[in-house]
Amino acid sequence: MKPELMKRMVKGPDGVEFEVEPMRDYYCDAPPTVQHGAYIKIVEDFFNWARSQSLWILGFGTGCGAIEMRPLMTPRFDAYRYGIQWRPTPRQANLLVISGYLSVKTLKRAIRAYEQMQNPKYVVGLGSCTINGGMYWDSYNTIKCLDQYLPVDLYITGCMPRPEALLAGFEDLKKLIRAGQAEGANQYAERFDWYKANQKQVIHDWDMPDYNW
Amino acid sequence: MDMRALYDRLKALYPLGELTEQRANLAFVTLPAEYLRPALLHLRDLEGYRHLVLLTAVDWLEDGLFQLTYLLCNRSRNCDIGLRVMLPREGATMASSHDIWPTAAVYQRELREMFGIDFPDSPGVDEEFILEGWNDIPPYRRDFDTLKYANDSFAQRAGRETRDPETHMKQQLYPDRD
Repeated sequence: MKPELMKRMVKGPDGVEFEVEPMRDYYCDAPPTVQHGAYIKIVEDFFNWARSQSLWILGFGTGCGAIEMRPLMTPRFDAYRYGIQWRPTPRQANLLVISGYLSVKTLKRAIRAYEQMQNPKYVVGLGSCTINGGMYWDSYNTIKCLDQYLPVDLYITGCMPRPEALLAGFEDLKKLIRAGQAEGANQYAERFDWYKANQKQVIHDWDMPDYNW
Repeated sequence: MDMRALYDRLKALYPLGELTEQRANLAFVTLPAEYLRPALLHLRDLEGYRHLVLLTAVDWLEDGLFQLTYLLCNRSRNCDIGLRVMLPREGATMASSHDIWPTAAVYQRELREMFGIDFPDSPGVDEEFILEGWNDIPPYRRDFDTLKYANDSFAQRAGRETRDPETHMKQQLYPDRD
C-alpha cells in the first residue's frame, strides 16, 4: 500500500496532532442502495422527463474518443442545445461517458469517478473499444467488455463515432430515461458484489475502499 | 561524408562495429557495453551531440540478446547517431546514464518495467512507471504472449469476428478470381 494511504498521525497547521486513516475517514462505509421510483407512475414519468432534459457529462476522457467531445461541446455541434453540458467534477455530473479504450489503470479512476457521482446517473460506452475491445482486443492492458465493470446504459458504436453519432446516441439515451429503462445505477447497487469481484479481478493493486463515495 | 569521418574518429578510440548509414545524416554503430559511457561523453562534450533523442530496446529473442539504442542528435549540424549496445537477455543490466542526460532516467524506468532491463542507481527505477500492479513477465518481452494474457485476464465478448483484410477484400471485390 502507498505510504499516503496508511494510517498515520498528522500535525495540523494549528499544532494539534490527530490520527488520519485515509482508507476509512474520507469514504462512506455502506454499499450503494437501490433507488426506488416515485409512489405513482405519472410522477416517476415526470421525474424521468426532467432527468432526460439535463444530462450533465463528467469531463473525463478515458481514451482517444474524448477528442470527439471537443467539437461536440463547442459551437460546431453545440450539444448544449439539447440540454447536455460538461461538468468538471463527478459530484456535479450524472452521465459518465467512457470515451474509448479503458486501460486497467484508467478503469480504477473511472470506477472512483462513477461511484462519486450522485444518483440518478448513467454510463455511456463510446466506440468499439468499450464494446469488445476494438483494435485493442488482444492488448495486455485494456479491458474488453465495459459492462463487466460498470453498468452501461447505452453503447454508441464506431471507431470513433462522429459527433453526430454521439448526438443521436444522447437522444436515444433520453428516450431510455423517459421510458424508465436507464436503470444502470440500480443494477450496480443490486449486483454490487458481482461488479466488485470483476473489478478486483483485473485491478491487481486494489488500494482504495470498496465504497468510493 | 560527415558520418564516416565521425566514425573514423570514434573508431580510433573505441572498438566499434560496422557503421550502418541509414541516411546522409543518420547512422548507427554497435559497441561493447563498457565503452558506451566514454563514447556518450565523448560525443556530447567533443562532437556536439548534446541531445539524447531516445533510449529504446529491441528484444532479439532468438539470439538471447537485448539491443539498447541510444539515439543522439547534433542540433547545429542536423545529424543523428545511434549507439547500439547488445546485452545478454538473462539478467540484463546496464550502467545508468541519468547523470549524462537526466531524461535517461525516465527511459530507464520504462525499460525496466516493459523489458525488465535493470539500470542500478537510476532514480526511481524500481518504482512502477506506467503499469499498476503488474504480475507477469515484462509485457514488451517477445516471449510474453499478449493474446493469451488478454484472454486469461479479461472477459471477451462472444461473437467477435476477425477477417484477414486481404482475403476479405478479394472476396468482396473479385469473388470469381483466384
